[in-house]
Amino acid sequence: MNRSTIDLWVGVFVAAGFGALLFLALKVGNLASFTTNEIYEVKANFANIGGLKVRAPIKSAGVVVGRVGAISFDDQSYEAIVTMNLDSEYKFPRDTVAKILTSGLLGEQYIGLEAGGDSKMLANGDRLQLTQSAVVLENLISQFMFNKAAEGKDSSK
Amino acid sequence: MPISSFRETDLADGALRRFFERLGSQVTARVWRLGFASRFLGYMVLHSGTALRRFPLTIREIYFAGVLSLIIILVSGLFVGMVLGLQGFNTLERYGSSEALGVLVALSLVRELGPVVAGLLFASRAGSAITAEIGLMKATEQISAMEMMAVDPIARVVAPRFWGGVISMPLLAALFSAMGIFGGYLVGVKLIGVDEGAFWSQMQAAVDVREDIVNGVIKSFVFGIAVSWIAVFEGYDAPPTAEGVSGATTRTVVTSSLAILALDFILTALMFTGGNGR
Repeated sequence: MNRSTIDLWVGVFVAAGFGALLFLALKVGNLASFTTNEIYEVKANFANIGGLKVRAPIKSAGVVVGRVGAISFDDQSYEAIVTMNLDSEYKFPRDTVAKILTSGLLGEQYIGLEAGGDSKMLANGDRLQLTQSAVVLENLISQFMFNKAAEGKDSSK
Repeated sequence: MPISSFRETDLADGALRRFFERLGSQVTARVWRLGFASRFLGYMVLHSGTALRRFPLTIREIYFAGVLSLIIILVSGLFVGMVLGLQGFNTLERYGSSEALGVLVALSLVRELGPVVAGLLFASRAGSAITAEIGLMKATEQISAMEMMAVDPIARVVAPRFWGGVISMPLLAALFSAMGIFGGYLVGVKLIGVDEGAFWSQMQAAVDVREDIVNGVIKSFVFGIAVSWIAVFEGYDAPPTAEGVSGATTRTVVTSSLAILALDFILTALMFTGGNGR
């Protein structure tokens, strides 16, 4: 096999290899979706964030409008501070409610935003006042058990 | 009675002593060989000017190590992905989350199976060929002939093969992963009927470019260096006999497979444990 045929095949091989890397980066890893958009930061305090993770989606009406940028702990109020990176395309009123929700029964946790009625819009660095913490399954079960136990006591009287 | 017992202990003493002598000489030989291999790597990297200046030499080796391994890599990748699709579906189905099939296939391929299986295949397909070729060149005294002509055989023969392997390996691993994901897609979406949108979107949401894909490429690059290094060293160090070359070829496959698996453990421990909980 002469030199130019080898060059051709090596060229095809290298191009295919970089094509595969590009496929992995764009189609599998979705590189394009979160680097280009402009964002603004909004903070919110939660009493309990459950299993929320950095880069978890922020959804409003089911549409992804941003991602969780950072999670930290405030040792003054003993609450979690979640920094949300919202897409600048989407504006929300200042009395928007942030809830930590779970997709499916045991799926990953995300932040759901419900728009309020304020005429002023959220700007970079604002803080959401109304939040709802994650539902912790253990608390839910213990509440249920206590209610059941209380009911049992009532009916035995 | 006392004489025979004295002889028995003497015999046991001698056996024990021989055992420790053998153990010691084996360990020293291993350490000596590792030192020689490291010196060899350093010398080769310093003298790879020729391989990089006369790049057609390296291109020829990329052809032999990379292009000729394409078929086995692509076909194995396809089948590994298809098996992952079938097995993953069976398990995920039990928890009612068969849409997460894309995540399972993509993460296991990009993080682990792509670099590791491609590395093992590369070691047995290309690494063994490199060792056998260099070993035979040595056995037929082509290496000595080059030295006679004042051509440095490490710069002219060994370094192009090393760099050819190092360049080929990450590309082969990427092709393996891409082909595997395609295989998982074929089985999961086309055959079993997992929802196509959920398959891709869950995959895209879960796979991180920096955390998963770049780390996978780094892994395959490290494996490429390890396999190529072991292959050229075993070939260069092979005793110049038919037996020696065959032994060196076997050692290349065994040592590089072990090196890949051990390095994979170390790299995984470094890459994927710290960032997971955050």
